[in-house]
This record gives sequence, structure tokens and C-alpha cells, in this order.
Amino acid sequence: MNVLIDKFDVFAGGFWLTLQICVLAAIGALILGAVVAVLRISPVPPLRAVGTAYVTVFRNMPLTVVMFFAAFALPALGSNADFLRIPGLDVVFTRLGTDLPYFRFALIALTLYTAAFVCEALRSGINAVPPGQAEAARSLGLTFGQNLRYVVLPQSWKASIVPLGSVIIAMIKNSALIGFFGVVGDLSQSADQLTSAEGYAFIPVAIGISIGYLIMTVPLGALLDRIERRQAVAAR
Amino acid sequence: MSSVLYDIPGPRQRRLTLILSIAATILVLAGAYYLIYLPLDEKGQFSMELWGPLIDPSNENFVLVWERIWVGIKNTLIAAVLAIVASLIIGTLLAVLRLQLKDLAGRRYADLSAPAAYLLRGLGTGLAVLTRFCVEVFRGLPVVITIFFVARGFPEFGITLETLWYLVIGLTIYNGVVIAEILRSGMEGLPFGQREAAVAIGLSPFQTTTLILLPQSFRIMLPALISQLVVVLKDTSLGFIISYEETLNIGKQIIGVLSNPIQVYFVIAVLFILVNYSLSKLAQYVQRRLARGRKTAGTAAQVPPAALAAQADGSAAAV
Repeated sequence: MNVLIDKFDVFAGGFWLTLQICVLAAIGALILGAVVAVLRISPVPPLRAVGTAYVTVFRNMPLTVVMFFAAFALPALGSNADFLRIPGLDVVFTRLGTDLPYFRFALIALTLYTAAFVCEALRSGINAVPPGQAEAARSLGLTFGQNLRYVVLPQSWKASIVPLGSVIIAMIKNSALIGFFGVVGDLSQSADQLTSAEGYAFIPVAIGISIGYLIMTVPLGALLDRIERRQAVAAR
Repeated sequence: MSSVLYDIPGPRQRRLTLILSIAATILVLAGAYYLIYLPLDEKGQFSMELWGPLIDPSNENFVLVWERIWVGIKNTLIAAVLAIVASLIIGTLLAVLRLQLKDLAGRRYADLSAPAAYLLRGLGTGLAVLTRFCVEVFRGLPVVITIFFVARGFPEFGITLETLWYLVIGLTIYNGVVIAEILRSGMEGLPFGQREAAVAIGLSPFQTTTLILLPQSFRIMLPALISQLVVVLKDTSLGFIISYEETLNIGKQIIGVLSNPIQVYFVIAVLFILVNYSLSKLAQYVQRRLARGRKTAGTAAQVPPAALAAQADGSAAAV
């Protein structure tokens, strides 16, 4: 059990790094996912096709493949993901500014992959709004923007918050992959490092790492359950 | 197409849509050409030297490469099928167990002496808490970490297996728990009258669960279960962290020799997308069938769990 105390800074550092990539990827995925969702529900067929293709490709590909793609294809496209070194942001998220680009590659892969699921969550929310609602709004003379702002989005938001939450939880769990992919110092890579190279006993390390992930996933899951139950009561 | 957002377009709107469509197509194609095709072409990523072993049958490496990829596909499918079957079994058992324990928690054992009653009640509550704890923990842990723990932890206790089994066990722990939760929520979502009717005709709680609730839950949750199969299939690619020779790992070996990462990963991605896309189409089809069936037939026909496993097996092996 000593390893939990002796190496507390390793666990804390791993947790911090995992949290960093999760926050960044969540923000990125929410933005990109919203854009793709707009594409998917747009009235212009080619844009819809682009959105659908995006979702089909990324939903059916393992994240591992997306990560390897990011690491091999981006340099071939002539980019080292340097555009993510946003001034100011790399002070808080120290890994963005380092010369090892794997953190940025992993971030891009996680964002691209999660965005497909975010898009589906948002879209399912919009589809859950009964068409009569928007028809009524249109017959009242509301413009497209007003319709979205006052009628469709408030209702679709309620329907998509739980699926969105599950997507984010899944993303946090998926982020464990980055440690096996070249990012140094996150929770999963610390597990590998401590048990193999530094020869610590397996069980305490496993407990420490598990706690690190469970701190992030379990409360979020409990919160979602609560929201879901309250919505179920409200719907009755 | 009328949706929640738009009316059926009139002539002016249709013209506008057409113009926008053409503009968007041109923009997308131009973007793809300048941002993706040109840079890749500049680096010579489209040369036959890199693609040849994968797509040109006359290439000397073609047969060898595809033989290896086929080994990888077979290994992926073996792991996926084993993990799916195992997690369906574990998931079903766990779901039944948790429901039984929940039933027991309400029992008072009035016909037994006080100490025995307390003991039984304590035992029931303890087991319920324990299963709940396990479910929460393994649902909250990343599946990569579970696989890694299995592969690193089992040898620690003197259990050494082939890497295939580490992968299968790791996937089974995670997906078994997830499937158990799917089935349990399916059973708890059923109308309460189902259970009452079963009790009224004299079925025991266990019979109620296995004969009445579980089959209906399987039927309702079939689409969710099939999407979980897609997840299992995708997650077999995590075998690379414990160097199991699945498709992705074989890909890495091929890249090690031929050094054409983009091309190999492209082919692997296409393979995965094909299989998983057909699986998710199957899930959609099943969902539509079920929606239709419920409207007309009224009562749910029984769908045995074996059919689900066989379906997954068949559709995966079809590629």
C-alpha cells in the first residue's frame, strides 16, 4: 500500500493530465459535434451527406485506429497539430505546448471520435421534439431563428442532456487509451510505468488508478441517473 | 422532406436549395482536394509502392500481406465472438441475480427464528451491495484499463493464460456488466402487471424472472444489445496493448516491414467500418421490426438469447 503514499504525486499528476485531455476533448467534441449535427439536419443535401458520412465513419471505427491515423496522417498532411498551441491556453494545459506532439494528436483523435457521438445525441434530441410543435410555431408566424430559440432547442436540449452525458462518460473512459499510444504521464501510462518498470506491487497501483478513473466517471453517472429519473417523473 | 425544422419547400426554396447544394458540393470537393489530396500527393502517399501490397494482386507482397490481415481478422472475430457469448451469459446471470437480490431485500423471513431471519436478511443486503459495487466499479473503469489489469494482474497470482484469454476476460468483465444493466433496466421498465400476473398464477420469483421478465427484456433491448456488440467488436482492437495478434496488431507488423502506415490503417479502418456499419444497420432493422411487431401483434413473441448470439456470430462471420 506504500506506493499509494510514496507515489501520490504520480497518481495526482496522472489524474490531472487525464482531466486536462478530457476537458479539452469534451469542449472540442461538443463544438465539432454541434457543427456536424447542424450539417446533418441542414436542408442542403450535400451538407447532409457530409455530416452522415462523418458520423458513419467515426462511429464505426475503433478509437485506436483514429489515434494511429492522427499520429501518422497529420504529419503527412504537413501539420504537427501546432494550431492547438493556443497562446495562453498552453499555460493552463501545459501539455499543449510541449514538443512531444502526441498529446495534441491524442486530443484531436479523441475530439474527432467523440464528436460523432455528440452529433448523434444532439440529433436524437431534435428528433424527439414532436413536429407539431414547430408547425404550431411556424403558423404563429415565428421566424426560423425564433422557432429554434424559443420552441425547438429548449425541448431538444432536455431530451439530449442524458445521452450527451453518457457520451462524455464514454469519452473519459476512452481517454485511457492515450497512455498506450505515446502520451507520457496520464493515469493509464502511470499504471504501466509503476507496475512494470518500477516494479511496484500490482494491487495497490490498480486500486489507485481505479480510484482516479472512478472519481471522474461514477459521480457523473450518478448525476445522469438523477436527471433521468427526474425527467421520467416530469414526463408522467 | 418535412421535418421538425422545415416546411415542405416551395419553388423558390427549392431553387435556393439547388444553388446551395451545387455551391456546397464544389466547396467540399475543393476543400478535400486542396487540404487532403494535394498534401498527401506531395508526400507521395498515393504511390503504388505504398499502396501496391494492399490493392495490387500482382505485387509480390500482396498475397503475404492479405494472408497476415486474414489471420488478424480471424483472431479479431474469435476474440469478439468469445467475448460476446461470455458477456451475454455473464450479463444475463448478473441481471437475474440483481433482480432476485432486490426481491429478497424486501422479505422479512417471519417464519424463521429471529437470528436466522436477521442473518438471511443481512446476507441478502450484503450480496446486493456487493453486486451493486462491482457493477458500478467495472462500469466506471475504462475497458482498456480492465484488460490491462487482467493481463498484468493474473500472472501476479500465478495464472498465466494466452493473450487471447486476457482480452476475452477483460472485455467480458466490462461488457457483461453493461449488458446486465441493459437487461435489468429492460426488466424494470416492463409494466408491473406482468410480474403481478406471474405471481398470481403461482410462479416462483425465479420463474417470474426467467420465464416472464427476461424474455421480454431481451426483446425490448435487442437493438441496444446489438449496438453493444458493435462496441465489443471495436474494443477487440484494444488487444494491441497486450500484444494479441488481432487486425490492428497485424497492421502494425505490416507497417514495420513496409512502412506504409496511412495505407494500412486506411484498409483496416474500411474493414472495421464495413462490419460495424452492417451490424448497426441490423440493429436498426431489428428495431423497426420490433416497433411494427408490437403495433400489430400486441403480445411479445419470445426471443431466446441464443438467437442473439447466433445472429451476431453469423453477421460478423459473413464478412
